[in-house]
Amino acid sequence: MTTTTSAAARDVIDRRRDATGKANRRPVRPARILLYIVLTIVALGWLAPLLLAVYASLRPYQETAKYGYMSLPHHLSFKYYSQAFSQGGMGKYFLNTLIITAPALVLTLFFASFVAFALARFKIPGRKFLLILFTAGNLLPPQVMVTPLYTLYTKIPLPYWLSESGTVYDSYLGVIAIHVAFQTGFCVFVLYNYMQTIPSELTEAAVVDGAGVWRQYWRVILPLARPALGALATLEFTWIYNDFLWALVFMSTGDKLPITSALNNLRGQFFTDYNLLAAGSVLVALPTLIVFFALQRQFVSGLTLGANKG
Amino acid sequence: MTSTQVSAQAPAPQASVARRRRRLSRFTRRDIIILAVLIGLPVLLDIALIWGTTLTSIGLSFTDYNGFSSPQLVGLHNYHEIVTIYEPFWRAVRNNLLWLATLGVFATPLGLLLAVLLDKRIRFTRVYQSIFYMPVVLSLAVVGFIAQLVYSRDYGALNSLLGRTADPIDFLGDPSINIWAILAAAAWRHVGYVMILYLAGLKSVDPALKEAATIDGANERQTFFRVIFPTLRPINIIVLVITVIEALRAFDIVYAVNSGRNGLELLSVLVTANIVGEASRIGFGSAIAVILLVTSLGFVIAYLTQILREDRR
Repeated sequence: MTTTTSAAARDVIDRRRDATGKANRRPVRPARILLYIVLTIVALGWLAPLLLAVYASLRPYQETAKYGYMSLPHHLSFKYYSQAFSQGGMGKYFLNTLIITAPALVLTLFFASFVAFALARFKIPGRKFLLILFTAGNLLPPQVMVTPLYTLYTKIPLPYWLSESGTVYDSYLGVIAIHVAFQTGFCVFVLYNYMQTIPSELTEAAVVDGAGVWRQYWRVILPLARPALGALATLEFTWIYNDFLWALVFMSTGDKLPITSALNNLRGQFFTDYNLLAAGSVLVALPTLIVFFALQRQFVSGLTLGANKG
Repeated sequence: MTSTQVSAQAPAPQASVARRRRRLSRFTRRDIIILAVLIGLPVLLDIALIWGTTLTSIGLSFTDYNGFSSPQLVGLHNYHEIVTIYEPFWRAVRNNLLWLATLGVFATPLGLLLAVLLDKRIRFTRVYQSIFYMPVVLSLAVVGFIAQLVYSRDYGALNSLLGRTADPIDFLGDPSINIWAILAAAAWRHVGYVMILYLAGLKSVDPALKEAATIDGANERQTFFRVIFPTLRPINIIVLVITVIEALRAFDIVYAVNSGRNGLELLSVLVTANIVGEASRIGFGSAIAVILLVTSLGFVIAYLTQILREDRR
């Protein structure tokens, strides 16, 4: 548990292991074949619900209502996807999500990286306390904060151009603020550990060159912490994007909801077309799946960076 | 520590000046302002939005606050009412416990098993890994909707698979079984999470340990349980905490399915229902939230001790 602090170190181990694995690959034994069969069956079972959603979204309602979801297709079309955009207003909700996620992500990483840098590099009084404050805050059940936050948000006035309700309640600002407060906790903890692995000689050299705190952070530490920041960014993106609760309780205007909370709008009042809902679900899942597949390595190391700190 | 090394290299002002002053003198005015603002802002945000509200909730739980009239202290009345006459509470407790048990007894070991299997230098590890991990990136709301496609009484895939289209099971509507259907969906997501954590842990285990155990004549099972598993202790604790916290925080799936009614009550849902709903029984809802908080606090502390102990190393 001592060598794996950084993602880079783990990658090296990874690669070394892959190499040795290739070097002495043994002939395939029956036990191995069984292993592959078991893994493949489990994997197919794992994929099945997602494939079902994609399949259902391509078929008209009348067809699945008649034959059920597990039947051969008669018609396949992307009709529901265009309907989700035209009728369900998915485009608008995607934009809402972007309005919340982008600033929340940038602010979280900025605050967290600076706090982590300051706590790791300087003897700030009470730094252990601050570290606990942030880390533990991230573990509290969000429901405990809901009521007072709700009341607080309805009492803080905001100018009209920022919030049509005139208060933080029902404004993007309120949702962004709680995301930043909540997620900074986790990121501070992860980045603090990461920054402790960056040799102090590097900032010392900058100090000798007369660099102030900001330049040490911006020019020296931040570029070096890029792998950790990348990993956290992918992870935090999916967390903030997937959030359901905060927007649900702090937003009242249906048109301003982010995409995850707005998925419910695809339900009809008297009749729900589940195939349309399936298309909506696939659309909602798509951005996180793309991020996951494109940046899988960062994603996984982000998660293990926090847990398996070595 | 870092800062003393830095100050030792910085031009020493006077040998007689106190250490503390010397350390401060390293900072210009601008430095101190930057530090104060950029540490102060997130700390204030955290204290105001997270800790402040949590403490307020604890305070409110002893009142009859309804959002309009000024709150009156009612002592432990809310708590008393919750455990005696508020009927959904015990159903929610039961469901949260079932959630914890399913994740802990079934999903977590399965995740560990998959991690161990994938660690066996097999081909296509990455493919398997991504497949098992994929549900983790999905929004729980999406998982809830997909669950409806699988479980739907009338056209759901599961009834077709079981050959019960003539006499379909209402997996989500029947309050005696719907929690199990939802738990399967929750486990689907949890297994991948646990797997990734253990896989990373297993990769960092020194291969020499395994070799030494094999030379000593241990078989594969003994090697794992006696040698490898104990070295994974830090991960075990983190997985335990994540499992408990996930079980206590569970909310989105049931909310997406039926807003947490009819057999799918959870503590988190009851909090939201009492506060946001028409009832607006804020004091009462807060008391349920505090029960949730106190339950998770023990695990939060366990987690913190673990990570701080590692920090010292």
